[in-house]
Amino acid sequence: MSIEVRNISKSFGAFKALDDVSLQVPKGQLVALLGPSGSGKTTLLRIIAGLEFGDPGSGLVLFHGSDVANYRVGDRGVGFVFQHYALFRHLSVFENVAFGLRVKPRRERPSKSEIRQRVMDLLKLVQLDRLADRYPSQLSGGQRQRVALARALAVEPKVLLLDEPFGALDAKVRQELRQWLRRLHEEIHVTTLFVTHDQDEALELADRVVVMNHGRIEQIGTPEQVFQEPATEFVMNFLGSVNVFHGRAEGGRLRFSNLEMHAPDLANGAEVTPLRIFVRPHDWTFETHDNGTPCVRATLRTVNAAGPKVRLQLVTDEGDVINVEISQERYGELGISPGSAAFLAPRDIKLFKDQKDLLATWRVAQDVTVEEERLLSPEGP
Amino acid sequence: MQSERRQAQSDPVWMKWGLTATATGVIAVLVLIPVINVFAEALSGGIGVYWRNLFADPETRHSIYLTLTVAPIAVVANIIFAIAASWAIVHFEFPGRTLLTALIDLPFSVSPVVAGLMFVLIFGLQGYLGKFLRRDGYSIMPYIMAGIAAVAVIAIHSIMQHRQLPSANRKSHSCVIVVLSGVATFAAVLIIQLYFHIWPEHQSLKIIFATPGLVLATMFVTFPFVARELIPVMEAIGPEEELAALSLGASGWQTFWRVTIPNIKWGLIYGVILCNARAVGEFGAVYVVSGHIEGKTDTMPLRIEKLFQEYNLPGSFAVASALTLLALLTLAAKTLVERKAHAIHTRGAHTRGGIR
Amino acid sequence: MFYLSVLVLLPIMACFFKASTLSWNEFWSAVWTERTRAAYSLTFGASLVAAFVNLFLGLLIAWVLVRYSFPGKRIMDSLVDLPLALPTAVGGLVYASLYVPNGWLGRFLVPLGIQAAYSRLGIVLVLIFVGLPFAVRTVQPILEEIDPETEEASSSLGATRWQSFRRVIFPALLPALITGFALSFARSIGEYGSVVFVSGNMPYKTEIAPILIVARLEEFAYGEATAIAVVLLVISFSMLVLINRLVRWSRRYAI
Repeated sequence: MSIEVRNISKSFGAFKALDDVSLQVPKGQLVALLGPSGSGKTTLLRIIAGLEFGDPGSGLVLFHGSDVANYRVGDRGVGFVFQHYALFRHLSVFENVAFGLRVKPRRERPSKSEIRQRVMDLLKLVQLDRLADRYPSQLSGGQRQRVALARALAVEPKVLLLDEPFGALDAKVRQELRQWLRRLHEEIHVTTLFVTHDQDEALELADRVVVMNHGRIEQIGTPEQVFQEPATEFVMNFLGSVNVFHGRAEGGRLRFSNLEMHAPDLANGAEVTPLRIFVRPHDWTFETHDNGTPCVRATLRTVNAAGPKVRLQLVTDEGDVINVEISQERYGELGISPGSAAFLAPRDIKLFKDQKDLLATWRVAQDVTVEEERLLSPEGP
Repeated sequence: MQSERRQAQSDPVWMKWGLTATATGVIAVLVLIPVINVFAEALSGGIGVYWRNLFADPETRHSIYLTLTVAPIAVVANIIFAIAASWAIVHFEFPGRTLLTALIDLPFSVSPVVAGLMFVLIFGLQGYLGKFLRRDGYSIMPYIMAGIAAVAVIAIHSIMQHRQLPSANRKSHSCVIVVLSGVATFAAVLIIQLYFHIWPEHQSLKIIFATPGLVLATMFVTFPFVARELIPVMEAIGPEEELAALSLGASGWQTFWRVTIPNIKWGLIYGVILCNARAVGEFGAVYVVSGHIEGKTDTMPLRIEKLFQEYNLPGSFAVASALTLLALLTLAAKTLVERKAHAIHTRGAHTRGGIR
Repeated sequence: MFYLSVLVLLPIMACFFKASTLSWNEFWSAVWTERTRAAYSLTFGASLVAAFVNLFLGLLIAWVLVRYSFPGKRIMDSLVDLPLALPTAVGGLVYASLYVPNGWLGRFLVPLGIQAAYSRLGIVLVLIFVGLPFAVRTVQPILEEIDPETEEASSSLGATRWQSFRRVIFPALLPALITGFALSFARSIGEYGSVVFVSGNMPYKTEIAPILIVARLEEFAYGEATAIAVVLLVISFSMLVLINRLVRWSRRYAI
């Protein structure tokens, strides 16, 4: 079932949790609501579920094209998985999963044997069939999470909503459950929304990512889109680490730090200043000598070689601090140590104007001087 | 709890108001109307009559005086015990630790009348100590005094000593010193008293049907209040802060006054308020040990009963109104302390406040 | 430790020791006469009824205090503790005077044939008064602690409000309700101060066990008084053990 949210606002006292939010989720997709805490993502999820309502007169929630304002949470056909699972601690795993079936009105309620069959099937699906008689207090965090999921699925929801599903688990279990959820979604293919503040989780799991901040949606797109073509500075900043420079563009040339490069397409507009220029740490080419490519000259300050990538911190004569990531092999080839002179050529540059609109994205091909690849419209996507 | 109720927790309006009205009605009939009635009855003859009822009758006056003597003694004794017991329970592992915690609750579950009876059995005329007390009661006083002094010395000593940063060999060493100093104090105080003949000889010491009995019975009934409040607070704080203070170079006394006491302050005040309310109002236990000697062993609650039996209702209500006023003050103070304590420790240890 | 044993252990020992000096027959004839039987059954009957009433009142008042906001809520919250702070003698006195034929409430009730003063009903009423704080204050914190998500989960699974209450909230509250019941019951069994005012203390009719003890004491029948006291003590101890068990049992599902 598709979900549509139209112009929903929600305030808690003076605090605006959601500010005129609109969103469409096509049937069968797995969508992540990504944002820092306080960005309104959980509130949005709860409004979709019917656990909360938007401010009076502020907008609509549509399921499959029809308004669900008059439906209680239990009648919307949603399965909600709570951040802390909210398992009924006085009921066994089996009874927890069976709960939704047992509270159905007598006419719709399946027979005892059907309930038993359904619950055991679900417990098999979440690989907990052997723990059916345990109580929640006897389960690990990851197991509780799966019980909560099975419980939500028992009522055959048309929409599955998960609030920080892996938030309370440790890193390793998290990783496992992530892949497991992805597989589960491919199996049952129910429209799924999940809230997370973990960008890796969102980028790895979701078909589409909705990035939220301060009660507004900053960008909606596929994981590649939001990562490669962030619509706003916030998205750029939130999805991975960045180096930020203040720069200027005039007369077809772009300047930041001690770098100056040809930027013909910026010339057709007026001079744009100030500009904010973003380069991710892994988007630098590190050289020990000047090979003619436009580059930032800097001095290597610290090296951290623990991990799959080597993290370097450099400082320019102007005092800009630049973080760079290079591969272990490259680090071996370069033979550098703190104090070495460095020439950093950016491979991918993103320019933002007024903190908001993405102005341009450059892919700078190696060996070629400066090649502009694409220029986005100032409005963004 | 957040100020806004969650959708799934909100009840229909009719139910909300229906339940609220019923609850308010119950509280009104059970609690509020009786309280108002006390004052209405007490003041029914006018302020002048009320005043005379309360202070003109010498026996009533004496009962007020007696209550004001007995309650503070019991409260102070219980404070000292509670601090020592809760401190020991939290800081040391010793045999009988669980037993001690269990015993603290015991007086709650013993009927006050039975409590009073127990003291009569021990100290009464036919009691186990009765004959002895009548013959030469004061001869035990030197031992009691010496005992109290010894316990005090040990307590002070252990506060000074054990508050050193933990070190294994020092502990056993200081233990010996503490015990020795205790024994020495006991002997010294005892000899001084015996030598100077401080206490009268061959005279009967009245405990039952006299003030000491009242104090003992009141102590028994009220002593869990303070300890019960302090133990959870002390447990929640744990010894870390004290150790931190010691590691910063504070002495044992400094740590006690600057770290321990401020931490338990609100819990202590809270316990004292409850303890005091109960001490003033105790009826059953005191009833049994007092012997109802007018103008001698009648506390205020007993005076109420006596006036009631004499069909002197206005007098009875006058005394009752004074106690009710105290109860209301107790409630106000309790609410205030709860709020203060709650503001300080956001996870208050007082959610169970007032239970048992 | 010393203080504790002098103040608590010694008296209790004395009580049992005294009882043990009675022969079995003497003991039996002290604790099992028609009059004591009437007193026991009244004590237990009235305490049970009062505890049951408090079970419901406790749930009701705790629910209202936790779930709703209304003017006067704070005052109501404080008033719940009044029976703890108010001397029992005052409670007994005022209850006795409220329900006599010309009392504030008796005025309306007596014409209807409801005799609450000097009757068993009066005893039950004061016991309700005395036990009320225990019933409310055991349920209240548990109700506050119930995670709102649990109810949301139940309602997202299609449960009605009533189903949520019966299947989710009530089982969570049950241990607290039983504990509150037991506390209120234990308190009622030992209660003396207030009952002595309202009961009228008629043997066989409105005489409860603690009053009987006092009556025996006033006849200087220490042995018999002690025998009855031992019965009450044993009951109190078993209640104490039971309550501790209940508290532990109520934590069995804690995550």
